[in-house]
Amino acid sequence: MATNKEIVLDPLLSNNPIAVQVLGICSALAVTTKLETSIVMSLAVTVVLMGSNFIIASIRKFIPPSIRIIVQLTIIASLVIVTDQILKAFVYDISKQLSVFVGLIITNCIVMGRAEAFAMQNTGKAAVADALGNGFGYSIVLLLVGFFRELLGSGKLLGFSVFPLVSEGGWYQPNGLMVLAPGAFFLIGIFIWVLRWRKPELVTAD
Amino acid sequence: MRSTKYIIGFAALVCLVCSVVVAGSAVTLKERQTINKQLDQKKKVLGVVGLYTSGEEITPEEINKRFAENIEAKLVDLESGTYVEVSAEELANFDQRKARQDPARSKSVASNPAQVARVPNRVLVYLGLKHGKVDKLVLPIEGKGLWSTLYGFIALESDTNTIAGLTFYEHGETPGLGGEIENPAWLALWPGRKAFEKTSSAWNPKISVKKGVAGSVAEDPFNVDGLSGATITSRGVSYLLQFWLEEDRFGAYLGNFRNNTLKGGQG
Repeated sequence: MATNKEIVLDPLLSNNPIAVQVLGICSALAVTTKLETSIVMSLAVTVVLMGSNFIIASIRKFIPPSIRIIVQLTIIASLVIVTDQILKAFVYDISKQLSVFVGLIITNCIVMGRAEAFAMQNTGKAAVADALGNGFGYSIVLLLVGFFRELLGSGKLLGFSVFPLVSEGGWYQPNGLMVLAPGAFFLIGIFIWVLRWRKPELVTAD
Repeated sequence: MRSTKYIIGFAALVCLVCSVVVAGSAVTLKERQTINKQLDQKKKVLGVVGLYTSGEEITPEEINKRFAENIEAKLVDLESGTYVEVSAEELANFDQRKARQDPARSKSVASNPAQVARVPNRVLVYLGLKHGKVDKLVLPIEGKGLWSTLYGFIALESDTNTIAGLTFYEHGETPGLGGEIENPAWLALWPGRKAFEKTSSAWNPKISVKKGVAGSVAEDPFNVDGLSGATITSRGVSYLLQFWLEEDRFGAYLGNFRNNTLKGGQG
């Protein structure tokens, strides 16, 4: 049995949900044009993941196996709606930019995947550790992608100008590709490549 | 194997708990959300008359201040095209979507390409003021896109023909495709275009979103570039603009404004 520490640290790199398990790619493409939205999205997914893993692990012995998926989904959906309401009440502008993608956390494979693969077999405490690890693993990728996309795509970080743009009298010609979804594909691809290069054990045999 | 009774009971319990949690959060947070929504709308109104640029850092107090100084809200009776004098409180609480649903305060309209079913008798317009005179008219517009109803404003210069700006504050279109109607770069194509084609007898709404690329403002005043991958949303924008600028909607009001025959003063 893995210790809680291993459960938290493992998904950060060697079992990263996006780069290794290849889950949750769609939101990673959509919300990472700016660092700010990436941060909020990372937090939202981590919070929902912790909530759903904890609740499902706590009541796992009472969930009838025949309806377990729909029970998981109901719990996840409720948590996502609550999160969406909170975002709308406190960070309205960001919630507008995240638009449908907060709602789509419901279908984010990471949340469902961890509920079914981990929370259904483990205690609440271990499930929270697993959620933290996977949430952070997702966040690392999102923040890295968001960091580079905002920096290279608009010369800014968190809205502050880092590279002065040519259009504003500076020297930096922004890379338009980074603002569009394919930019995220390249960055995630590079991330996966670096990860596998540093950790050859992740490379699967053909 | 659990009994069927247990399964149904469990499912019911989960549903009950979840619905209480969801409803509870929606109700407790509603007030804050409404304030945010109103602020966002004010921001959009300021944006469409050029008093706020998207991306600008601005405090809620500053929004309210700019709004109070430069914008005047007025209720317009669509049929007569005149202002309706109401108390400040009534004006502040006027909810156009509620009015549209209320049979006593709205009319159903014949089927139209904008897919608007009912039109309220009275609508809330905003007047952009400059040196105490009306400089811009901000008219509320709505209509179907691909998935959702688009809600926005169009701002006209005081000649009631030149478009000063267009904005949408609520819609459910696909981000990156139809959702691009919120893209500041696209919205920047609108100012300067003409809304109407003048004939000897009438002003006909002519502004439309073209498929492909439109010419410059001077060469191609009635067309705006279409949005790639969003043909139906683009078409929806054309339809809803033409619908609201027609004689039966804002036409009468705009006519009165042009001819200086508005009762209740011009701001």
